[in-house]
Amino acid sequence: MTDLSKIRNFSIVAHIDHGKSTLADRLIQETGTVKERDMQAQLLDTMDIERERGITIKANTVRIDYKADDGETYILNLIDTPGHVDFAYEVSRSMRAVEGSLLVVDSSQGVEAQTLANVYHAIEADHEIVPVLNKIDLPASEPDRVAEQIEDVIGIDATGAILVSAKTGEGIHETLEAIVNELPAPKGDRDAPLKAMLVDSWYDAYLGVIVLVRIIDGVLKKGDRIRMMHTNATYPVDRIGVFRPQMEQIDELGPGEIGFLTASIKQVRDTRVGDTITHEKKGCAEALPGFKPAQPVVFCGLFPVDNAEFEDLREAISKLSLNDASFSSEMETSAALGFGFRCGFLGLLHLEVIRDRLEREYDIDLITTAPSVIYHVYLRDGSMMELHNPADMPDMSLVDHLEEPRIKATILVPDEYLGDVLKLCQDRRGIQIDLTYAGSRAMVVYDLPLNEVVFDFYDRLKSVTKGYASFDYTIEDYREDRLVKMSILVNEEPVDALSTMVHQDRAEARGRAMVEKLKDLIPRHMFKIPIQAAIGGRVIARETLSAMRKDVTAKCYGGDATRKKKLLEKQKKGKKKMRQFGRVEIPQSAFISALKMDD
Amino acid sequence: MPEDWQQGGFGLYIHWPFCLSKCPYCDFNSHVAAEIDQQKWAQAYVSEIGRIAAETGSKPLKSVFFGGGTPSLMLPETVEAILSKVRECWTLSNDIEITLEANPTSVEASRFAGYKDAGVNRVSIGIQALNDPDLRRLGRLHTVAEARAAFDTATNLFDRINFDLIYARQDQTLPEWRAELTEALNMAADHLSLYQLTIESGTAFGTRHAAGGLHGLPQEDLAADMYELTQELTAAAGFEAYEISNHAKSGSQSRHNLIYWHAGDYAGIGPGAHGRLTLDGVRYATECPKSPQSWLESVLKTGNGELPRQAQSANERADEYLMMGLRVTDGIDLLRYENLAGKQIKYNSINMLSNYDLVTLQDNRLIATPQGRPVLNAIIKELLAE
Repeated sequence: MTDLSKIRNFSIVAHIDHGKSTLADRLIQETGTVKERDMQAQLLDTMDIERERGITIKANTVRIDYKADDGETYILNLIDTPGHVDFAYEVSRSMRAVEGSLLVVDSSQGVEAQTLANVYHAIEADHEIVPVLNKIDLPASEPDRVAEQIEDVIGIDATGAILVSAKTGEGIHETLEAIVNELPAPKGDRDAPLKAMLVDSWYDAYLGVIVLVRIIDGVLKKGDRIRMMHTNATYPVDRIGVFRPQMEQIDELGPGEIGFLTASIKQVRDTRVGDTITHEKKGCAEALPGFKPAQPVVFCGLFPVDNAEFEDLREAISKLSLNDASFSSEMETSAALGFGFRCGFLGLLHLEVIRDRLEREYDIDLITTAPSVIYHVYLRDGSMMELHNPADMPDMSLVDHLEEPRIKATILVPDEYLGDVLKLCQDRRGIQIDLTYAGSRAMVVYDLPLNEVVFDFYDRLKSVTKGYASFDYTIEDYREDRLVKMSILVNEEPVDALSTMVHQDRAEARGRAMVEKLKDLIPRHMFKIPIQAAIGGRVIARETLSAMRKDVTAKCYGGDATRKKKLLEKQKKGKKKMRQFGRVEIPQSAFISALKMDD
Repeated sequence: MPEDWQQGGFGLYIHWPFCLSKCPYCDFNSHVAAEIDQQKWAQAYVSEIGRIAAETGSKPLKSVFFGGGTPSLMLPETVEAILSKVRECWTLSNDIEITLEANPTSVEASRFAGYKDAGVNRVSIGIQALNDPDLRRLGRLHTVAEARAAFDTATNLFDRINFDLIYARQDQTLPEWRAELTEALNMAADHLSLYQLTIESGTAFGTRHAAGGLHGLPQEDLAADMYELTQELTAAAGFEAYEISNHAKSGSQSRHNLIYWHAGDYAGIGPGAHGRLTLDGVRYATECPKSPQSWLESVLKTGNGELPRQAQSANERADEYLMMGLRVTDGIDLLRYENLAGKQIKYNSINMLSNYDLVTLQDNRLIATPQGRPVLNAIIKELLAE
């Protein structure tokens, strides 16, 4: 049991690539928490995908013992939070588990959209915030300008900002001292009933579900019986411990402490981020505020390239679901793609991460259909249905109107690219809410339909701004608009996997772009193939793929017969990997490529 | 009842594996050797002829074809030794065709008379292009002037002469091909083989192409236009397109190659040579080791230059007949196909293909139409018995 006054709990707020993980590594190293020879870059990002992309997906934590200049030894608990908008709820929960934040800003870059979104989570959680200007070793570093920008844009005092180079180690000691001296110690009552927050959880093949907790009040001991207040499930606690960053078992966790428990919990689904953990008997009266169940907002179909791999995919998805309560899936059949799953994600990054993991960790080649959002379809009979898949769109004659989710997008961009960004947002049916300047950077806030963003908005934004824009969003509300289902017909046959919901005014341009693209993606056949985009029965765009004109072996004599026949047989086999629509074979790659819009 | 192979007849293929240099487009079994003991090689061919003839001596021989490699590197004495043995072993048909492939260099042309004396009555000359820059790009050792001279030499000696051209070359335009083909038709004797340049893996061109090199090859539409132009010009000049890439004046079709396309029997002798032999009602695919040295040693030491034979299955025979037979304008006999396959051809596919006007049925023969011929691979894939 640790004296509350000797505990400091904190998180690090930063934009991607501003050096959060490197700074965390340095703090761990400086305090000798991890031996030099065990150090590896980005200690806290455990998944390959996290390391590769330089992002944090799961919350991680490390307990650091630090002997401060005042002679006292402090326990510093760092929670490394996910930094991406898809995981905004998880971020907000992690923020509630600590009392302060280091605001890390790259002193050669300045404040970015993600910095803003996350720092607001910290401010909302009443954090004490210590600004850290990182990468001061870079020649382009401008700490004064960036400090001023922090004050202008975020509105916090940056005069005491610590100058750090996580790379060289400069300013690391000062950072540790600031954590001790400027961040508040946690409060809590050891004698009150147990009240702990479930910060995050993940599945471990040996231990079952590992639950990351922050004790608010009371004491959690090994062998206690606990209750999850929202799911009402009870468990006996097997293990209690802390991360250093590897797991170390201890006997109890007291108020203000952060650690883990295991309790023979089989599925991550049974542990909801933000839930309150208390004792089964003599539990606390009220749960912590702010709990929200996970809500997928982006949907797409995942199909195995090889239909024979469907069972493998089913198994892989169920294993991943064990470890990710925010990922939903249900079986789907597509005339085009066979059996697969309609999956729901927190956002596009979440979608990509899951898809990458399925392909990499489970070695399944996947076809991903166009990401879609949930539309509210109001029918003439007064009822409302949630539409997750354009293929399920009811006949328009039954539909009264549709509503789609809108987002509030914040984009920070150097002013020379502002025009392009405004055009992109206007093209995507955006409504400007705000435009302000902070130094040479503009901050634009747009109200945008989520369906215009889920495809490739971020890619387009990066491309028109040469990578200098940063982008973040929050989901706002549902609003009515003139939306229609656009079908694609190949050789007069509708291809369900290529159906999309589009705005009426954009339908023709989208349809044209799509059929032109498909004309290049589908190989020529022995006959000509009309490719059409249609709304209901009305064709809005049409291209014709000419018939194949040349496919013949020039030389074929006695000695070639065996080899040439094998070649044809091989080609014929290769064709089986394509999807058959009537007489037309469409290569799998066409489905994904066709849906990427180049504008 | 006649055996199936008799509808194509029986021929002999002799493979001479040596070249002075390898052409970058060629994927045939060819080797460059510093020194060749032609006597030893002649002895090996003679030995193999004896061995094969012991099994096939009752079949009348319609044709002998010297292919390669570069058979015009053979000494006339070598050719003479081989043909003497052939005459000794088989009954030759009255109109036997004996073809030798030749490169049009002056040295090789100087041997033409010797070949004629040995019994060769037809030459096939690898001219390939009628402009020097393209000949160099194709890795050929001769010039256009040399080719014309060799051709003249051949004209004075032989009634039947073929020459090869390769088109759809790098950076070639349609008007350029029109001009070149017109020139070729003016000099042509009775037969022309006009091949679209094909990039084969395992060749120098294949490697360059895979590495992103070899620019300026025609796209599908231009290649198709060139093919169509070729049909048009050759027909106007009286050369019937009797096979995908082969054009002949009436009665001058290559009898040897028709054995392949009519799925007859052929003995294949020499390194890498393939054969098809029907023996006691079973049709075998035969193959010789590719390496010249292994073949030679195997023949001289064991008296057998062949790898173990494979009996062909019903599907293999039917598919081979289909693939070879649709290349020629008389197509395939469906009754014969069904006898080979032991089942009907895929009539659903035939209906579909004839709806698109790619094949036609005439007197129970399936024939690729002029529209179907340039996409014959797609047609065959549709019809393979698998």
